[in-house]
Amino acid sequence: MSLDAVTAILLIPAFAAALMAALPGYRATARFNVLAALATFLVALSLLFVRPQPGPYLHVDDLNNVFIVLTTFVGFTTSVFSASYIDHELEIGRLTPTFLRFYHAMYQILMFAMNLALVANNIGVMWVAIELATLTTVLMVGIYRTHEALEAAWKYFILGSVGIALALFGTILIYMAARPSVGEGLDAMVWTTLIEHAAAFDPALLNVAFVFLLLGYGTKVGLAPLHAWLPDAHAEGPTPISAVLSGLLLNVALYALLRFKMLLAANPQALAPGPLMVTMGLISALFAAFMLYRRRDIKRMFAYSSIEHMGIITFAFGMGGPLANFAGLLHMTMHSLTKSAIFFAVGHIAQVKGTQRIADMGGLTETHPVLGWGLVLGVVAIAGLPPLGIFMSEFLVVTSTFTRAPWLAILLVLAILIGLAGLFLRLNTIAFGEPRGPTAEAKASYVPMFAHLALVFVAGIYMPPALVTWFQNVAKLLG
Amino acid sequence: MRGLSFDIAHMLAGSLVLISFLQLYQDRLSALLNVFAIHAFMLTLSVAWQAYVQAAPHLYVTAAIALVFKAIVIPVALHRIIVRLGIHREIEKVVGVGTAMLIGMGLVALSMVVMLRVTAGADPLAREDLAFALSVVLLGLLMMVTRRNAVGQVVGFMSLENGLVLAATGAKGMPLVVEISVAFSILIAFIVIGIFLFRIRERFDTVDLQALDRFRGERR
Repeated sequence: MSLDAVTAILLIPAFAAALMAALPGYRATARFNVLAALATFLVALSLLFVRPQPGPYLHVDDLNNVFIVLTTFVGFTTSVFSASYIDHELEIGRLTPTFLRFYHAMYQILMFAMNLALVANNIGVMWVAIELATLTTVLMVGIYRTHEALEAAWKYFILGSVGIALALFGTILIYMAARPSVGEGLDAMVWTTLIEHAAAFDPALLNVAFVFLLLGYGTKVGLAPLHAWLPDAHAEGPTPISAVLSGLLLNVALYALLRFKMLLAANPQALAPGPLMVTMGLISALFAAFMLYRRRDIKRMFAYSSIEHMGIITFAFGMGGPLANFAGLLHMTMHSLTKSAIFFAVGHIAQVKGTQRIADMGGLTETHPVLGWGLVLGVVAIAGLPPLGIFMSEFLVVTSTFTRAPWLAILLVLAILIGLAGLFLRLNTIAFGEPRGPTAEAKASYVPMFAHLALVFVAGIYMPPALVTWFQNVAKLLG
Repeated sequence: MRGLSFDIAHMLAGSLVLISFLQLYQDRLSALLNVFAIHAFMLTLSVAWQAYVQAAPHLYVTAAIALVFKAIVIPVALHRIIVRLGIHREIEKVVGVGTAMLIGMGLVALSMVVMLRVTAGADPLAREDLAFALSVVLLGLLMMVTRRNAVGQVVGFMSLENGLVLAATGAKGMPLVVEISVAFSILIAFIVIGIFLFRIRERFDTVDLQALDRFRGERR
């Protein structure tokens, strides 16, 4: 295999992980972590211009290119945030230098696994990559080794493994369906070949396979009622990991689902995957919106908000058609950027206050104006208020639904509004009013947070035509 | 494909389902581990037979991994762990034997109905194999749900994975990549679980997950 950009985005994190596991000195490794993530991002950008030919294992097309650029970008900004976050954790002794070595190596392995899942041209390799990503995040969630962290990691591990096992069964069924028309061996697991021959597959087998894949990868997307691991894993792990989980790993699982949806769409006799995804998406969005009200832990609250938004995105992709797909893609991008920005803010807030309990924080805009207003801005964005990017994408999802299924659109709007009210109720306590809790100065790096928010802000007002054309092409590809 | 070779494959896969039922009602951990070892051994036979019938030598590797790793190394290691933790004599029960068996039968019936119907076009051996494999997967899931003990859940998960290997080998010509990766992921999973068990032990002096239930996920 020659060395091109696709192999490079896999090799850089892999080598970086090996190196960081070996290197002592956490300050150097934190910087090195940033450097490796930056290099991966730059190489991923080059994929926009030069695209290697698809091979039997790896390929890049318009669809996964969106995901790759987004993943490597957020991976890079999170590594910057992580460097300042980790500094503080060491100071208060929550983590020891040995654990940090492990942490940084794991971070790069996670980046490797996510990139591999995205560029894999083989349904088997993709499954292995998602399994690897799951196992690394399990270890990272449990890294604090407190009672809560261990239970969260255990829950995540068990539910994640069951999901991943069901997905493997679905993958085997897809192979079974492909074998008669494609032939035995490797070819029957290659995406590019599968899509070409999909029309000839046995529809009944495809249907059953999709149900397994939806349940399996849906667990990883965090769709209700399979979401139980998500709030715990977000709340108990280190905050950079919460940002990566919400912003990236959920997307990667969704990407797998989208690929299989394309496969079913290419077969005229198979059942339409849309309604299944619409139902699960809507249930998740509504359920999570109601759950936002009684949250006492700030990270759990935003974890539920992630479930809500993944529900909206799945809903949009389930509706299908160029407009809804475009909206779903845009919403996914905006959600990744906004939610990771929020977690950057929340990480520093929790460090300053020494707790994640909402009741113990208050008046942040007075005591820590930059952090406080950053959080307010993030919540305004995530709640879907104009003129930010999420307003745009939610507006598109709702309007494209209204013309086709008004009742579903009403339910969706209801979920969005309930979620909005729930978020602002809590935001009011955290950001305004009487200052509560410690008021020590925050040693934070604000650049990643505001970089994300600025992008979201710009996207809400002006989208470059090149980006619009790109997303439109992908939307057409998704059918 | 028909005839003796089909019957033998059928019998081996069927006995895997039977042993899954045996696992369901074991109330002692050490007995459960022994039954799991038999489960893995039966998987080895089944995979080896498939390798012979399909003339696919790479499946022998999968069989060897199942034999060495799942039938010997893991049960022995888990035996040592539970002895060290002093829980090898404990009796645990969550759902009654009768209920668990009835649910299990329902699951097997379900998987037969579903798989035999949708795979009407495939060759008979693969059909039967898939139906049995799904039964083993579902029974593994049921076991994970009915066990409170961490070791019990792990065994449930591993027998679920056995079902997946059965399905993967039944699908003729499935590339080796997947089988090795399955075996490999089990290895990783086992290491992870091992670490967890020791950490849970080190912190709370118990591997009974009920002790962890105090934490309901929300700070008050």
